[in-house]
Amino acid sequence: MAVSVSSERDTVASPVQRAFREALYAGAIALGLFILFIGLKTDQNISNQLILAQRWGLLITVVVLTMLGRFFYIAYGQPFMTNQKIADVATGLLPASLASRFFQLPAFIVAIVLAVVLFAFNSALPGLVGDKLAGGLQFLRALAVIYALACVIFYFRAFIHANFTKLGIAALVLYPILVVVVLSIYAWSIMGGLQGSLKWVDNYGIQILIYVMLAWGLNIVVGLAGLLDLGYVAFYAVGAYAYALLGSHYGLSFWILLPVAGAMAAFWGVMLGFPVLRLRGDYLAIVTLAFGEIIRLVLINWRDVTNGSAGVSGIPKVTFFGLMTFNSTDPNYIGKVLDIAQSSAYYKIFLYYLILALALLTAFVTTRLRRMPVGRAWEALREDEIACRSLGINTTTTKLTAFATGAMFGGFAGAFFSARQGFVSPESFVFLESAIILAIVVLGGMGSLVGIAVAAMVMIGGTEALRELDFLKSFFGKDFTPELYRMLLFGMAMVIVMLWKPRGFVGSREPTAFLRERKAVSGSFTKEGHG
Amino acid sequence: MSANSMKDAILQVEHLSMKFGGLVAIGDLSFQAKRGEITALIGPNGAGKTTVFNCITGFYKPSEGMITLNGADGSSFLLERLPNHEIPARAKVARTFQNIRLFSGMTLLENLLVAQHNKLMKASGYTILGLLGIGGYRRASAESVELAKHWLEKADLVDRADDPAGDLPYGAQRRLEIARAMCTGPELLCLDEPAAGLNPKESAALNTLLMDIKSSTSILLIEHDMSVVMQISDHVVVLEYGRKISDGSPQSVRTDPRVIAAYLGVDDEEVETVLTEVGDEDVIEQLDIGPDTAHGPGTSSSYLAGPVSDTIGHSEGERVTVSKGASKAAQFDAKASVAPRKPTERATAKPPGKSPTSKPRGGRK
Amino acid sequence: MQYFVQQLINGLTLGSIYGLIAIGYTMVYGIIGMINFAHGDIFMVGAFAALVVFLILGSLFYSVPVVLALLIMMIVAMLLTSLYNWTIEKVAYRPLRGSFRLAPLITAIGMSIALSNFIQVTQGPRNKPIPPMVSQVYNINGISVSLKQIIIVIVTALLLALFWYLVNRTSLGRAQRACEQDRKMAALLGVDVDRTISITFIMGAALAAVAGTLFLMYYGVIAFSDGFVPGVKAFTAAVLGGIGSLPGAVLGGLMIGFIESMWSAYFSIDYKDVAAFSILAIVLIFLPSGILGRPEVEKV
Repeated sequence: MAVSVSSERDTVASPVQRAFREALYAGAIALGLFILFIGLKTDQNISNQLILAQRWGLLITVVVLTMLGRFFYIAYGQPFMTNQKIADVATGLLPASLASRFFQLPAFIVAIVLAVVLFAFNSALPGLVGDKLAGGLQFLRALAVIYALACVIFYFRAFIHANFTKLGIAALVLYPILVVVVLSIYAWSIMGGLQGSLKWVDNYGIQILIYVMLAWGLNIVVGLAGLLDLGYVAFYAVGAYAYALLGSHYGLSFWILLPVAGAMAAFWGVMLGFPVLRLRGDYLAIVTLAFGEIIRLVLINWRDVTNGSAGVSGIPKVTFFGLMTFNSTDPNYIGKVLDIAQSSAYYKIFLYYLILALALLTAFVTTRLRRMPVGRAWEALREDEIACRSLGINTTTTKLTAFATGAMFGGFAGAFFSARQGFVSPESFVFLESAIILAIVVLGGMGSLVGIAVAAMVMIGGTEALRELDFLKSFFGKDFTPELYRMLLFGMAMVIVMLWKPRGFVGSREPTAFLRERKAVSGSFTKEGHG
Repeated sequence: MSANSMKDAILQVEHLSMKFGGLVAIGDLSFQAKRGEITALIGPNGAGKTTVFNCITGFYKPSEGMITLNGADGSSFLLERLPNHEIPARAKVARTFQNIRLFSGMTLLENLLVAQHNKLMKASGYTILGLLGIGGYRRASAESVELAKHWLEKADLVDRADDPAGDLPYGAQRRLEIARAMCTGPELLCLDEPAAGLNPKESAALNTLLMDIKSSTSILLIEHDMSVVMQISDHVVVLEYGRKISDGSPQSVRTDPRVIAAYLGVDDEEVETVLTEVGDEDVIEQLDIGPDTAHGPGTSSSYLAGPVSDTIGHSEGERVTVSKGASKAAQFDAKASVAPRKPTERATAKPPGKSPTSKPRGGRK
Repeated sequence: MQYFVQQLINGLTLGSIYGLIAIGYTMVYGIIGMINFAHGDIFMVGAFAALVVFLILGSLFYSVPVVLALLIMMIVAMLLTSLYNWTIEKVAYRPLRGSFRLAPLITAIGMSIALSNFIQVTQGPRNKPIPPMVSQVYNINGISVSLKQIIIVIVTALLLALFWYLVNRTSLGRAQRACEQDRKMAALLGVDVDRTISITFIMGAALAAVAGTLFLMYYGVIAFSDGFVPGVKAFTAAVLGGIGSLPGAVLGGLMIGFIESMWSAYFSIDYKDVAAFSILAIVLIFLPSGILGRPEVEKV
């Protein structure tokens, strides 16, 4: 590792000297990397010809920032990390001492007070300090809330760790209610609360849970059976189009089509599984990738059925188990039946609970299957395929069931997705989606449901949160669009998290059976499969 | 072969050949393993022992020949026709591997539960009933844990049941692999060098385990450690270059000069010594006349003998290419056949104090 | 027949570009056994570097000979792209070497996302069209061959020859092949493994940069998202030819090029990619290690 090499030089140069030298190197490299792309910009002029715009100031800023970052990392960051004596370099766990210095009671109280004050005076802020600062203060408020929450988690970490699953499910179930209640109090009206909750329930809650479910589904194939699948989004697409087409053409209900979508996706899972049975490693990866692309290309080009790139619209909404609907024009609209005011929030909250139920079903089935022979066979397959065969396990059917089961949950998620959006197009099923889902599985720790859920929350929630940074416009000017940086930061976050925790957030494996006590199996023993 | 011996043979290998491209790894091999016995398959490195195992357990499809397994209930299976995974499942042949193949990220208990896959699959109604909580899966699951515990106790590993298999020391991993194979409920257990790399204490523990298993299951064993072979096996088959050179009780095999020649990698002069000890005066006279002129440049039977290759004809006409003078047994045959062969019983064993596992001395030259 | 030959030439052109990119995939795979997913975007960065150099040349000089301009574009793109790939290897792959096998795959995907979005952020999301650099078209017996196509094929052939020489006839190539066989043993025998791997990434990037320059010259347009499709095609080509095999990468590239041009010519342009991917799947069913790949045999 580069770090260990540089620490040898430590003996001859002081950290500051070394940092200075490293900073110069970093600056030179950054200059080389950025000179053409940040220093110059290709723009179109009025006659649509490309011209170059010059941005040398920006280039210098970026290079200087890189140098400063490198300098401080080598001079202070690295010695600090070494002094912390990170016991477990492999897992990158922060030592408790560092964390306890970061989460302190006075700071916690300050954060709470700050958050409450800023919430209380929210509407008065722009008048008091001006628009620009008000945006910044709102951001500060969000940070204070996050810090306070992190403190609570830190202080109760033992309790949380012991009851993580129960607490997690409880938090997920209560989440929309809490959001509505908090926002209702804030807005002094229940309707206001419902309207305000839309963003929180839909953009964060549903969005993250879809990815949680997809990642849990893919986890069966990649995390348990150890078969690398780069085309998982294809099954998502199959499920989505199955509901979109059958639902809009034949008017079949979501509740009938949900199993149909799952079954169709599972069927395609087996179809993919057959040719790739003999393939290993990267050959498997490319064929699954190719499969994902084939499905997308067929969706684009089979215009008679799929309406091509334009996509399918007018997909019926989910009904409340056939009893009530969420279309305000219907006679049995939920508002009319229950005699409450009209709001689009009901549907979103209902969808939230629907995807939560589907995700929990995935988790339940996965945990259940892991304790059954087929699940153990998946994991054994990941560990050693030849040994599996020597024990009489039919590896063909085992692989196919893994593909089919994983695909089925992808299909469920797809049907849900098209019901939620009301519109599907091939745009939603690009390779990037497969990559994001796979990244969540690996970042979470292969095989660990909790780790994967956390990874989905961090990665998807994090990128969604970047949409909230509009206040930065007031600092960097109107042209600044933080959303543009969303995927750039997402990609970089993938790299950083992987470097920090190569085995994912939860690197250990929970055994499926025990004789005396359940001990987690360290990640260094588990294999990653040949696929 | 009498009808009786056919009956109590659990495994019959007949005219087995395995070719990889032009290389004949096994040529026309026939032997049988008797029920309730430990049959050892021995031979120098590269003799094709593991290939025989891979043919029996379905990892390779043999080029020719028949491998019959006679079950205790009177059923019999042609192993070369069964798919790989059905050999343990239906014909009840289990195996271990030369380089241990455990599910290292799973606990010991899980390893043994995976081995009971087929039984549990049935009990769980092929997952569907078990998933819904219907049927006898819960009971079957408890029974499988009991069986696993039974074998963990036998292998002296019960204290570590909840540790990952990859965390075990080498000797314990060997025993776990055997225990795992036993959990499939085999009638024939094939062990590929179970004692390799074990220290004497571990080796003794292994012997105990094997003797214990022998009471219920027949064993076919590949082994290099002669102390294990001689102590526990009832029947020994010796291979060299894919051919059987000897077959019989441990006693008869250890005194077979062909085996000695194959194993010790003796110098040509020593073949003479052996013959002298046997008292084959005629041969000595013959040899005195002019040894080895027909055998090319190498004057010794060293593995490093010259690049000239000769080919050994095969009954079906395949040609197995073996470096000159490599097959000690063939060399012995060549010499012994010059003179009328004396009964092998008279061939006294190797010089005292020389262990058959000692370094082949031919390699020194 | 003329039509067929015409398609053959189109396929050869396309296949040359794919082949150049595929070599980068196959070399990296051969030496460290990972799929460098960012390679497609490295190709795109190369094309953008060539684009910027083209514009610089256009703004500094009234006219530059086409050959000289292409050469300058190519060299700058090669240098810059090599620097990118070298940095990426050092930052994102090296610390994970010898770790969990999927970890570098994820960092590679992350790098791919980061690179394409970096270009989007800094250069804007729109397509970047340039005026045609070379427009001569020769007509031989009714078959039209453009100068662009000739340049592409010749440059590719020259580079492949140079590359073949490097890998097979120099000590650097020997070190690479040694690392490919057994990295630990190579290190024990005094091969600087880190340096060899860095050089492999640099070589792969240089070839991708040439492919990028040629792509820009051929199509006259580039966008930040243009790395993905050629990247995946080239990866497909590398696997089809047998990943890890250099002649396989070229062969695979040509095959994909031919399949695409023939399919669009005789069947439907819509499904040309489907055809390429399907043929990949079919070939792998019968030859699980590609056409020229070494069969992977796991010893029992």
